[in-house]
Amino acid sequence: MQEKAIMIDRKDNVATALIQLGKGDSIPVGLEGRNVTVVLLQDIAFGHKFALTDIQQGEAVIKYGEPIGLATKPIRQGEHVHVHNVESQKGRGDKG
Amino acid sequence: MKFLGYRRSNGKVGIRNHVLIFPTIVCASEVARMISNEVPGTVYAIHGCGCGHVGEDKEQVTRTMVGFTGHPNVAGVLLVGLGCEVITPEVIAGELAKVGQRVETISVQEAGGTIKCVEAGRRLAGKLLAEAASAKREPVDVSELILGLECGGSDAFSGLTANPALGIASDLLIAEGGSAILSETTEMLGTEQVLGKRAANAEVKKRIYEIIANAEAKAKSMGVDIRGAQPSPGNIAGGLTSIEEKSLGCIRKGGSTTVMEVVKYAEQPTKKGLIIMDGTGLDVMNNTGLLASGAHLIVFTTGRGTPVGTPIAPVIKVSTNSITYNKMKDNIDINAGVIVDGQGTLRSVGEQIFNEVVEVASGKLTKAEILGHHEFDIHSLGPVV
Repeated sequence: MQEKAIMIDRKDNVATALIQLGKGDSIPVGLEGRNVTVVLLQDIAFGHKFALTDIQQGEAVIKYGEPIGLATKPIRQGEHVHVHNVESQKGRGDKG
Repeated sequence: MKFLGYRRSNGKVGIRNHVLIFPTIVCASEVARMISNEVPGTVYAIHGCGCGHVGEDKEQVTRTMVGFTGHPNVAGVLLVGLGCEVITPEVIAGELAKVGQRVETISVQEAGGTIKCVEAGRRLAGKLLAEAASAKREPVDVSELILGLECGGSDAFSGLTANPALGIASDLLIAEGGSAILSETTEMLGTEQVLGKRAANAEVKKRIYEIIANAEAKAKSMGVDIRGAQPSPGNIAGGLTSIEEKSLGCIRKGGSTTVMEVVKYAEQPTKKGLIIMDGTGLDVMNNTGLLASGAHLIVFTTGRGTPVGTPIAPVIKVSTNSITYNKMKDNIDINAGVIVDGQGTLRSVGEQIFNEVVEVASGKLTKAEILGHHEFDIHSLGPVV
């Protein structure tokens, strides 16, 4: 069976869509005994991420078990996670 | 395990048998191209460097030219100069003599202009071609192979399919005693804690943290937000949110073995196994650095699709998803998208990549070679004065 989305590490709080997913879809994601079913709040394009759990503003977004940036606003479970609500912490010359 | 390679008189092993026409200065680049066009069977590589370099920049550009033109995939090289540049054919030829590379030199001013230089260049290139023709492939152990690892036009699948599959191929080659070079330092930002844990010793660990910190400091020193270029607009459209995310996917090309050594851009390693080269995020420049560091061939993973090759070494393209593969089949050798389609596994694609590396090393042509792709550029540190 083809999976619809993948969690790469058990510590991750986001999953990646493996196919085009639609708003309202119920997506099961599992890895090594951690199983979550997420109802999507938005359409998610293939390759894009959605939140597996609620993420607080300022909290790290975790993929591959490592931080990939901080949430710039509260993110709800099932919401699209991308540049509009996550900020990289690397190479930020603009922050002085 | 064996492949069929060319054993050079200096002991090095090549997997191609090119005669290269190489300008040491941008001003001689058209003349170099004209010579190559008039002598079928030769290849050329043109670039924007060769003059105005000082200090560390001069060292890096010189090291790159020496490593590239002295590469064992090159049976012989004709260096073309202008006559008044900083990096003359004689400077490079002097270094090549030390490593036993077959080299001829010519310069536009001394030859008396374009037409005379092309005429003289044709004769020299013909002589080099005739000599190269006597080289024969022979069985060589795969432990002598050095694989360059590259990714470009990344998407969110790069870190899920093609890069971890390439990581398995790297592990397989290293298990056979060979080497793989991981690079693209900008795309290591945010992974120092992961790579540092895999360092062979404290010195290697220190160097890993150092080169990543330098890459970040360089980005910061411009006073801008690196997000303007990293991830690139195409990366973002593909679902990559931050440089950290791109990096964590990028480094999976290096597999799971110990990092044995960290080298500079275009510097040749002294150790075998997994090597990190302090390279750049721009693919074509980084490919040159990988080859100058000794890589015989490159496996290049791509999410969005890219056509690039190199003038002297094969590039095997691996797509991260089936949509890109079907759209750009003419350019892509292997589709790792089968992993998400349920038609293959990381292990099966990893083994497929490894087998392809051995076959291509033995002479099988890649799509980039068949299409005649030979993009080339040198990573100059500047500022050029």
